[in-house]
Amino acid sequence: MLSHTSLYILDIALMGMGIYALIAKRHIIKKIIGVVIIEYAINLFLILIGYRAEGVAVAPIQDAEIGATELAAKAVDPLPQALVLTSIVIGLGTLALMAALAIKLYEKYKTFDMSEINRLRG
Amino acid sequence: MVGIPLGMAVITLILSKIHNRIADISATATTIATAAMSFYLIGTGESTYWMGGWFPPFGITLVFDGLSSLLLIIVNTVALLSVVFSLSYMEKYTAKPKFYSLFLFMLAGMNGVVLTGDLFNMFVFLEIASIASYALVGFGVEHEELEASFKYLILGTVASTMVLLGVALTYAMTGSVNMADVSAMLKSFPATKTMAFAAGAFIMGFALKSGLVPFHAWLPDAHPSAPAPVSAMLSGVLIKAIGVYAMVRVIFDVLGASPVFLEIMLVLGALSMAVGGFLAIGQWNLKRMFAYSSISQMGYVVVALGLGTHLGFIAGLFHLFNHAAFKSLLFLSAGSIEHATGTRDMKELGGLAQRMPVTSTTTAIGALSISGVPPFNGFFSKLLIILACVAAGRWFLAALAAGVGVVTLLYFLKAMRFSLFGELPKALSNIKEVPFPMAFSVIALAVVCLAVGVIFLVDPAFSDIFLQPAAEVLMDGLKSNASSYIASVLGG
Repeated sequence: MLSHTSLYILDIALMGMGIYALIAKRHIIKKIIGVVIIEYAINLFLILIGYRAEGVAVAPIQDAEIGATELAAKAVDPLPQALVLTSIVIGLGTLALMAALAIKLYEKYKTFDMSEINRLRG
Repeated sequence: MVGIPLGMAVITLILSKIHNRIADISATATTIATAAMSFYLIGTGESTYWMGGWFPPFGITLVFDGLSSLLLIIVNTVALLSVVFSLSYMEKYTAKPKFYSLFLFMLAGMNGVVLTGDLFNMFVFLEIASIASYALVGFGVEHEELEASFKYLILGTVASTMVLLGVALTYAMTGSVNMADVSAMLKSFPATKTMAFAAGAFIMGFALKSGLVPFHAWLPDAHPSAPAPVSAMLSGVLIKAIGVYAMVRVIFDVLGASPVFLEIMLVLGALSMAVGGFLAIGQWNLKRMFAYSSISQMGYVVVALGLGTHLGFIAGLFHLFNHAAFKSLLFLSAGSIEHATGTRDMKELGGLAQRMPVTSTTTAIGALSISGVPPFNGFFSKLLIILACVAAGRWFLAALAAGVGVVTLLYFLKAMRFSLFGELPKALSNIKEVPFPMAFSVIALAVVCLAVGVIFLVDPAFSDIFLQPAAEVLMDGLKSNASSYIASVLGG
């Protein structure tokens, strides 16, 4: 079982990968993938905030077997999960728009290389 | 306020299946309604609405105060005039109802950002406004528009992600996303490195959204490529509502305005002011020049707000209001010129004053206002900004603001010289004045520019009505770490 800190470090590494893909790659689709990786790294970060380490975590649902105080001590924080759900939906909308634009750009310029798509200057 | 445009955005699209004209009517009616509401709310004081009856810090709150009131008036007025303008202008594009639908989504998002009292909710509304604006920039689906839209989309998404990271870090530190609640909790424990990182993420995100140098790369591409009413909305209000307003709200009301943040705002503002101004001189594309000038003028606003004095706040907010008026006027006028002549390259224009008296008069008024010629409104707000810099002991900034003012005058003289006056090229000898709805919008904005200047000249106290309450909100954030904001939202 990985410790909490190493999970955060891996998450930051994931974000770094996304930023690398966004900046260094010239292919439009690879840039889009970079943006999506950054988004998911942040979503994962939100989930990690609400996560309880060391395997005590339970789902934040109260039932007959578990009392309110015990639930509060053990359950994962439900709010970040709700936030992430919203954020994933927003990410989907952005991704759809990015993909649509990529298709349209390919139709117009006949290339996916961002360095050849440079009519706007100055 | 938020619900009306959001609902109407969908309903407009459905109704347009029956007849295309219905979309015109419903979009105009919606913006008239929101504009009327924002004026009706002047001076009603602070109020808070708990959505779904959940009390803070649990539910989502909507907060209305002086600063929100000012921004609502700006956003909804410009939106109304842009919709009226697009009644004729958008005829040359297909899918007009889809345009209105996206436009109303953008409006709803901006109203939401201005009204919300919840950090995560702010992110959601920010994304509604942004996604609608990405689509609107690329609305023409031609080479340049798509390229600009894609750049804007990538950078805008990175900006939103940074804001989300800031929200996540803030939540990790305080366990709340309600602005007032976070602010109250941050006061109780000392500043940490985590909060500094969160603040950095917020500032970077909002600076990207408001196009401040060095985060401005997307703006001169995106703003000119969009259809004229959208350019007017983007430059006139979007960069203010989701960029500067959001930054100011988070810095002053949530994080607490420490000298470090104010210093960052001053540096960003001064850079934008100078770089935007000098890049604008070299432009031959009319709308591209206006876009660079937007960067420069937003620099003025951010510098004035970053001074952290009462005069600075008044001056900054006054300039924010004025910039919305004359920049949307200029973009709509540029749209009229493009509509009539089919080009926005200044080298191909000239002598329009002979053929298009209305448009050239309004363009001239906008250009004179923005370059700070009395008695137009731009003169007074720039004067106030320079005075505020001097009063705060920032001589260098005062000199820079005055210097960039001269540069502004220079490039707008160039714009007027090459487009309005001089010889009329042969190719343009049979152009006509634009249709009534377009003329109506630009005349209305020109009247605002002139009237605000004249009223201010006659009676400077008129600013008390809406600038004073807005400045009070910021003063509160500066002095007592937003204690009255917290009190009004959390109910004391």
